[in-house]
Amino acid sequence: MRDEVLVAIASDADVVLARQTGRSMATQLGLSRSEATLLATAISEVARNIVEYVGDGQILLCIVNLNGMEGVKVVATDSGPGIENVEKALQDYQSSGGRLGLGLPGARRLMDEFHMISEVGEGTTVTMTKWKGSRGG
Amino acid sequence: MPVPILKQGHYLVASIQDALSDGEVLELQENLLKQIGEFRARGIIVDVAAMDVIDSFASRSLRTVALTTRLRGAEMVIVGIQPDVAFAMVRFGLYMDDINTALDLEEGLEFLDRWIAERADADEG
Repeated sequence: MRDEVLVAIASDADVVLARQTGRSMATQLGLSRSEATLLATAISEVARNIVEYVGDGQILLCIVNLNGMEGVKVVATDSGPGIENVEKALQDYQSSGGRLGLGLPGARRLMDEFHMISEVGEGTTVTMTKWKGSRGG
Repeated sequence: MPVPILKQGHYLVASIQDALSDGEVLELQENLLKQIGEFRARGIIVDVAAMDVIDSFASRSLRTVALTTRLRGAEMVIVGIQPDVAFAMVRFGLYMDDINTALDLEEGLEFLDRWIAERADADEG
């Protein structure tokens, strides 16, 4: 099994590829079906954000091992316009574009760890991890 | 590959075969709404058992078809949401409270039969 896979994100087909790659890494690592689906759903949201708001970017998927815990870490990066108020973007119904802002806050609820950093004019990076055997599946 | 839509009596049955991209979800949405009129369908069943993920986009699109179908005088039911997918939707906070769901195709058909019968009763009464 490869410990690290980089998926270029530029179209809706790449969104599917990224979440399927994440799911297969999770399954091979021994995460439950539920855990793998939570991970795949979160990947789908962050990947779509890249396509929809920026156009292209990348998602790095890697197996991580920390203090005896194993999991899949997702690093989604783009060089888009960035987000001025990260906290606001993570609140329900507060994202830009007048859309229902469910994507990022929803993804955060599905993962065990979730961090977003963004710089206006530089881009945005979302880093999130799903641990194997984590509480609440 | 477009999602096959089969005509079964007064119903349309869309059987999703694989993971869908956003584009394919929109194509399904458009085809279903067009075919309600073409076939004068009374009901739609969308079988999502093969969907790996139902995220915010997929759930919003399915909800749009369901509510639009209702405005066209028919009714839609979603069948086959897998247990892990249902769990992720609840965790996510995706609600489909005003949408009909059933366990599988058989229960979906029963639901629509009942819905039509109740409507006929109401018309008579």
